[in-house]
Amino acid sequence: MTILEVTNINVAYAGIPAITGVSLSVAEGEIVTVIGPNGAGKSTLLNAIMGILPATGHIAFLGTPQDGHAIATRVTAGMSLVPEKRELFATMTVEDNLRLGFYRHRAEGPRAMRDALDTIHTLFPRLAERRRQQAGTLSGGERQMLAMGRALMARPRLLMLDEPSLGLAPRIVRDIFHTITALRQTGVAILLIEQNARAALQIADRGLVMETGRITLEGTSTTLAADPRIVEMYLGQAPSAK
Amino acid sequence: MDASILLILAQDGIVNGAIYALLALSLVLVFAVTRVIYVAQGEFVAFGALTYAALTEGQTPGALWLLGGLGLAGLAAGLWQGRGDHTRASILRLLAETILLPAAIIAATLILAPLKPGLITAALLSLAIITPMSPLLYRIAFQPLADAPVLVLLITAVGLHLALTGLGLVFFGPEGYRAPPFSDAMITAGPLLLPGQAIWIIAIALALMLALYAFFEATLTGKALRATAVNRLGARLVGIPTEQAGLIAFALAGFIGALSGILIVPLTTLTYDSGFTIGLRGFTAAIIGGLGSYPGAVLAALLVGLTESFASFWASAFKEVIVFTAIIPVLLWRSLRHGPTEDDE
Ligand SMILES: Nc1ncnc2c1ncn2[C@@H]1O[C@H](COP(=O)(O)OP(=O)(O)OP(=O)(O)O)[C@@H](O)[C@H]1O
Ligand SMILES: [Mg+2]
Repeated sequence: MTILEVTNINVAYAGIPAITGVSLSVAEGEIVTVIGPNGAGKSTLLNAIMGILPATGHIAFLGTPQDGHAIATRVTAGMSLVPEKRELFATMTVEDNLRLGFYRHRAEGPRAMRDALDTIHTLFPRLAERRRQQAGTLSGGERQMLAMGRALMARPRLLMLDEPSLGLAPRIVRDIFHTITALRQTGVAILLIEQNARAALQIADRGLVMETGRITLEGTSTTLAADPRIVEMYLGQAPSAK
Repeated sequence: MDASILLILAQDGIVNGAIYALLALSLVLVFAVTRVIYVAQGEFVAFGALTYAALTEGQTPGALWLLGGLGLAGLAAGLWQGRGDHTRASILRLLAETILLPAAIIAATLILAPLKPGLITAALLSLAIITPMSPLLYRIAFQPLADAPVLVLLITAVGLHLALTGLGLVFFGPEGYRAPPFSDAMITAGPLLLPGQAIWIIAIALALMLALYAFFEATLTGKALRATAVNRLGARLVGIPTEQAGLIAFALAGFIGALSGILIVPLTTLTYDSGFTIGLRGFTAAIIGGLGSYPGAVLAALLVGLTESFASFWASAFKEVIVFTAIIPVLLWRSLRHGPTEDDE
């Protein structure tokens, strides 16, 4: 079942096009990754899908057009984004950040919230240890975990991750990627943006390459990982990060 | 000056300070959630007071029709802003909020006012008439400007203040009003002679502050409001409709404004335009407190109340000057200590 269907969207910043004619789709339980150099328009793409940026073209989620819908409406429908800048509630506690992630399900009551919190705490035990700490004082890695934990509290059908490995130690990157693969098992559709193309292609089903605002290459992860252009530009000869 | 005068002045200062504290708190809240410096909150003080005064006299307050008008305008604004995003439920909610609720309040007032309702009924009715105007004004005037710079929002707020003052003159006329106090009791505590109204004011202010504290610390809605203030995009990303947060903040500010007016109109005579200087004192306190700190705003409000009270004893002609210039050394001190505060966002 198709969760997200993006058709021919364009975004411009003050008249200057940032992405042009981008189409993609993500199915239930599928991981799709978008890789590309800095400034290619990857974050712009996710922000447009989430409704943070105005875009032309069509975005359908679970078969329902989302054009013109507010961010909050899309979240309520089941979309979640962990943005590049994380956008945590810096002066609030870690636990309050997580609780607010549950806002979409607030009608289910405190018990359901407790259960959701427990699930996230099992996933990221560090967040349980730090529950009373202000989010703004967390380390970079803890911040990433909190951002992801907050997004997961909403139990989304589609999770969009903007560079979840940014600035993290290889060990934690592995943990986070492990979490992403585990999420796929539960049927969540995942749209993943990564600088770490090697790791991304390892867990993804399909990949898209984005350059200067356009999709230039598209295919299954295995074909992309074997494509000589990808090897040269994104995978290089460096030893595996894993 | 002897000790008893000192005590009386201090008591006066604290009673006024409690009101300023409530106003300052709601100004800080509104600013944090919506970046609006709510200059027009003072008009809610005047409207609350004069509506209450009219109702205790058995008159139908003119501000009632403003509620109806704002409701209609709010409906139009809501329909326009939500275009493309409306569901049946959201339209029903909008209708309830902009048409049904004001109509019910207007009907209740038209029935109750000629009966010369009791003081508590009059106070509750006044709150019901005045409070909803504030979120309606937010819908009409500020929501379309949600992404505008602070200065544009401030100019809009000043415009609103001027418009409301003019309407106040139309509704209530130029004469001053005073209303009966909730209680005529005089309580003697040692050398102090406490009027019952002063005790009402302090008790209600304290209760309201505690309730606000509990709301923001213990409820998810309260936390959602704080979250909106801390990071608007983050709030949207967890599904908090930030316009809703703005509506709640404005409703609280309208409620606190109207309540303040009802509480002080038994103590001083108020006219259609006296809300502004009262609101300005709350604003002064909010600025001294840093426009971001709730405890800071409360402390500063007490300071403003006390300064005002002592200034009126020693140099009553310069009372206002003294109160408002007190802001300058504080701002200087703050900027020396913290350096220039960065622009938000
Ligand atoms: N608010 C903005 N105003 C103007 N230009 C912008 C804005 N945001 C992004 N851009 C430009 O749009 C282009 C795409 O930016 P985007 O952030 O989407 O790239 P990216 O692929 O996510 O890059 P990175 O890998 O470095 O995160 C860049 O050239 C960027 O400078
Ligand atoms: Mg990016």
